[in-house]
Amino acid sequence: MDDKNSVIIEMKNITKTYVVGLEEVHALRGISLTVKKNEYIAVMGPSGSGKSTLMNIIGCLDTPTTGIYYFNGINVSDMDDNQLAKIRNKEIGFVFQTFNLIPRSNAMHNVELPLIYGNVSKHERKERAKQALINVGLGDRINHKPNELSGGQRQRVAIARALVNNPSIILADEPTGNLDSKTGEEIMQLFEELHRKGNTIILVTHEEYIAEHAKRIIRIKDGLIESDEVVKNRNIYSVGV
Amino acid sequence: MFNQIKEGFFISFNSIIANKLRSFLTTLGIVIGVCSVVLMSTAIKGVDNSFQQGISSLGSDVLYIDKFAWFGNEEFWKMRNRPNITFEDYLKFKSLAKIPIAVAPQAISVRSVKFRDRTAESVFITGSTNDYLETTNFNFKSGRFFNEIESDGGRNVAVLGFDIAENLFPNLDPVGMPVKIGGHTYYVIGVLKKQGSTLLGSFNPDKQVYIPIKSLFQHFGLNWRSITIVVRAPNSQLLEETKIEAEQIMRQIRRLKAYEDANFSINQQEGLTKIYEQTVGVIQIGGLLITGLSLFVGAIGIMNIMFVSVKERTREIGIRKAIGATRRAIMIQFLLEASIISLIGGLIGLLLAIILSYVVNQFIPTSVQISAVVMAILISFITGILSGLAPAYTAAKLDPVESLRYE
Repeated sequence: MDDKNSVIIEMKNITKTYVVGLEEVHALRGISLTVKKNEYIAVMGPSGSGKSTLMNIIGCLDTPTTGIYYFNGINVSDMDDNQLAKIRNKEIGFVFQTFNLIPRSNAMHNVELPLIYGNVSKHERKERAKQALINVGLGDRINHKPNELSGGQRQRVAIARALVNNPSIILADEPTGNLDSKTGEEIMQLFEELHRKGNTIILVTHEEYIAEHAKRIIRIKDGLIESDEVVKNRNIYSVGV
Repeated sequence: MFNQIKEGFFISFNSIIANKLRSFLTTLGIVIGVCSVVLMSTAIKGVDNSFQQGISSLGSDVLYIDKFAWFGNEEFWKMRNRPNITFEDYLKFKSLAKIPIAVAPQAISVRSVKFRDRTAESVFITGSTNDYLETTNFNFKSGRFFNEIESDGGRNVAVLGFDIAENLFPNLDPVGMPVKIGGHTYYVIGVLKKQGSTLLGSFNPDKQVYIPIKSLFQHFGLNWRSITIVVRAPNSQLLEETKIEAEQIMRQIRRLKAYEDANFSINQQEGLTKIYEQTVGVIQIGGLLITGLSLFVGAIGIMNIMFVSVKERTREIGIRKAIGATRRAIMIQFLLEASIISLIGGLIGLLLAIILSYVVNQFIPTSVQISAVVMAILISFITGILSGLAPAYTAAKLDPVESLRYE
């Protein structure tokens, strides 16, 4: 794991087929992908391209119909619900477009949740959750409920929640989709910083300028990888500020 | 695991508080169910106590030879045609009986009893002899029972039951005082201690007045009516022997041939106990059905609201699953919520039952038993768990992808 080039995700010929009514929908038709530690990847594609399905499978929320998926060298393609829940809990940090915070719980409790499900002791839990909130710049908002926070602050809470378990990978699904461009840019700065600190990030977006923050852009179309290229001129500070 | 249970509690309280009215309405079924369970068991306990007390004042070793059977299948008109049991029968019986420690006649008339301006209406006036005392377990608050001379002489003396004395002489010792019984003057020679049983109604010794049977015959002209012969066995083990002897003596007195049916009945407390147990048994089964039904309705209410809750929080369940909640964690969360709602209902029901038991206490002396409290809590908890099972299972097996997309 200390090796900078160690592989976190290895997918071999992943397919996903849904049955809708009498029709079979081939959401993914054979995707092979390798993600190494500290990569910063943007996944792009039009709606219906299969990128959401891909994200769900990467995030262990769903399992592939065929193909093999190694996560940190462990085959997770055939794991059951509970085993996947544990992988999600320890190894994956989700950031969603709609933040997906628990509305009745304050920021602290929201960030604590993964640790609660990970059975971390109370003292350590409070300590880590608080530190995670400080790290995203919300040290003074820990007792606020989501409806007392701005959109940007909510997304920061979500990011803190994603980070609190020190996951192997952060999956962000349109993290700026519900934010104005200025706030969106601030969130992107935060991702930039996380990346610099050594986190591995996969970002789903359909905004070109958001994708340009990443170092590698994977384009999906019709359930297949259309292109997979390294970004030469990274857009870090330019848009919206 | 412990963390998750704590989290479950936290979520449950949050959601119950967030939906106060809904939670309250949901608990109503359980409130009513638990309240009736507790009240039911409390009332039965009270009736039971009262009955045991009353029955002990009758004595478990006493037989009552009567024209009529207290219970049983014999037809009333057949019994009505039986010869009356007379005072002469009693005298013969007494001289022939070897086993009993006491034999006494008993005749009852209903009269009013007056002292100055105070009146007790419809009092059971029991006429008997001095032997009667030995057939009972009476204790005296003051004075004594009438003796042989007063009994044989048919003197105007009376022994008052506790309640009657309390009524007529609120702040006076009745002994030595004259009372008017059905217009005739009697002198009070004794007052009984409280024997205590509301259940027996007018048959409760507390509400009776005892006078010599000869005086009763003389003043109230009942000598043509059938009397009861009260027979007390030396102890309850010898009751059966005493009964056999009593039957033989009565057949002898009545000159019955071996093939003839008895034209009298020998009654005993046991019959009363049997009837009582049957009655209470029916009440208990009925009560169980009713309370069971209301608990069932309550459980359905909780189940219903839990399904609504799961549906409403589909997205939240998705979030929790995404960040690592296992099926078990989700299951625990919803089971806890259901059982907390039910438990709160149970506690409210219990409180209500305790308050209502004070009302019941006015009629039947009783109080809520610890066992009923424990039962109420257990029942509501288990009801909660059972009614939460199906919704919790539904929640636990929700697909995270689907539920995250749920609006």
